[in-house]
Amino acid sequence: MRTTPADAVVSVSDVVMSFGAVRALDGVSLEVEPGIVYGLLGPNGAGKTTLIRVLATLLRPSAGRAEVAGIDVLADPEAARARIGLAGQFAAVDEYLTGRENVEMVGRLYGLGRRDARTRAADILERIGLAEAAGRQVKTYSGGMRRRLDLAASLVGRPQVMFLDEPTTGIDPRSRMDVWEMVEDLVADGTTVLLTTQYLEEADRLAARIGVIDHGRIISEGTADELKNTFGGDVLELAVDEADRDAAVAVLRRLTGEDPALDRTGTSMRVPARDGAQTLVEAVLALNDASIAPRDIALHRPTLDDVFLALTGEPATSPPAADADAVDEGDAGEGDAGGAGHATSASAGTDRSTR
Amino acid sequence: MSTTTPGAPTPGAPAPGAPAPFVPIRPKVTFADAVTDTLVITRRNLLRNVRLPQLLLFATVQPVMFLLLFNYVFGGAIGQTIPPVAGGKYINWLMPGLLIQISTFGASQTALGLTEDLQKGVIDRFRSLPMARSAVLAGRTLGDLLRNAGVISLMLVVGFAIGFRYQTSFPEFLAGVGLGLLFAYALSWMMATLGLLVRTPEAAQSAAFLPIFPLVFASSVFLPTQTMPAWLRTFADHQPITVITNALRGLMLGQGALLPGQTVAGQVLVSLAWITGITVVFSVLAVRTYRRAVS
Repeated sequence: MRTTPADAVVSVSDVVMSFGAVRALDGVSLEVEPGIVYGLLGPNGAGKTTLIRVLATLLRPSAGRAEVAGIDVLADPEAARARIGLAGQFAAVDEYLTGRENVEMVGRLYGLGRRDARTRAADILERIGLAEAAGRQVKTYSGGMRRRLDLAASLVGRPQVMFLDEPTTGIDPRSRMDVWEMVEDLVADGTTVLLTTQYLEEADRLAARIGVIDHGRIISEGTADELKNTFGGDVLELAVDEADRDAAVAVLRRLTGEDPALDRTGTSMRVPARDGAQTLVEAVLALNDASIAPRDIALHRPTLDDVFLALTGEPATSPPAADADAVDEGDAGEGDAGGAGHATSASAGTDRSTR
Repeated sequence: MSTTTPGAPTPGAPAPGAPAPFVPIRPKVTFADAVTDTLVITRRNLLRNVRLPQLLLFATVQPVMFLLLFNYVFGGAIGQTIPPVAGGKYINWLMPGLLIQISTFGASQTALGLTEDLQKGVIDRFRSLPMARSAVLAGRTLGDLLRNAGVISLMLVVGFAIGFRYQTSFPEFLAGVGLGLLFAYALSWMMATLGLLVRTPEAAQSAAFLPIFPLVFASSVFLPTQTMPAWLRTFADHQPITVITNALRGLMLGQGALLPGQTVAGQVLVSLAWITGITVVFSVLAVRTYRRAVS
């Protein structure tokens, strides 16, 4: 279900943000339809925070156009601010104020009267389970409580669009669940949420649409299912002795119909495991029949790394690899083009290596 | 699935599943909003001073300590060299100077507070809210002015207790206190600019005291400038801290506290010129730096 720019609540086109020689955003375009969570998935330094800062009127891009709720954030940032909420990467709450005072203050700054701010703050603190701690100074709060309070503070203005920059980075699993529930409640109330994350799991759980961002560009977009299908779901990983490599590649190709991707050592390979555990069992049996003793064999769920590997031919976190490698893996991707769903990865990989 | 929350706008019948049309609380920021926002921010900044024990300590104990130390350690020796208008009591000479010294030191808090807000992302949050742009800096400087007024009141109480007496009239004395506060307010804008330029609390701390120390010590704050070497005296006599200190002394002790050829009214006028100049230049710079500092 694609949206036209007309009914998109966040609309970004060709946004470029340069800091000196560095292009933090290199022509980003995206549309977010109303009432959903849009997940912006990418590694550190991909440009996620920069994009959020542009949309939240904190940064003026070098070029491009950005609209929130039909308002051009560059032409009329004030009107845009009346409709948005922002929770940044670090909880921007005042330690020496109580939880209630923090939320009330932000409510007042959204333009609420004293009484409204108080009522709404009490209501929100109750809903997110901070009612009991509301009278305590924030310095006594745990990291997770601070993050929830930070979110609550933005919610007090009931924004139409909420920007969450890595809302769960660095907090404990329990608080992560709490934050996820808050986000789901928000969307149920009709708010549109644009969140950034480094975690595929988080995007998977929350986001109706996911944009994968790297080096300041959206390199792939779709629903969680679409992305997973594109990137092959489960992956079978096999390591063998060098002498067995070609035989092992042949076995896996016969089994899955795909060319295994070799890693840099040349003895570890990865191939999509369409049938999950069943593929693993078949692979073990087939390898046994071929008298190949695996040094290691494992099945694993796609991670952000896999997505990036498939999209760019580079692991998400490593610095850009030598161009030769990127071209190699781009070619390997091309070979897969017959296989369902890998067209995206091949074209993205090629695009990248020729740029 | 739209659950309607209390107070949320619920006009006309939108298509099922569509959220109710959004009505912003504050579509435009008016001047009245700017005043409200400034007061909200001022209150927040003042609460910080009250609730953080180390700040309260810095704000109260340190000035009183300066007052007591200077009076009792140096007072005896210095008492002989000060003009007769002080009635032979160093505390009378010292008090107006210390008010300026403490205001100047206290102004560094403006730089510190702003850099902390920058670092913690609080400024980002403020800038993403539909609040008046001016309120962050206005609330910061206003809060610091009120804090300074509190500190100065405390110092005056201690000062009176250990023997300080103004030699003029009560209105003149009050005018002196007011002039000191205005000067502190002007410096606050200077420190705001500095804080926004250096951006970290650590840097702000050292950067603030770099200009403060020479200005405060190479001045008439503690001693008359007559005994300084000629080159230093030329600087000391004309720099704003000396001018303001002289104006305060003139207002609190009388004409006799000033150098020959100076009048109280003249010193007050030059002081007001400095205060206006510093405020205008640095409020413009601070606002401009604020706009850029956050990008």
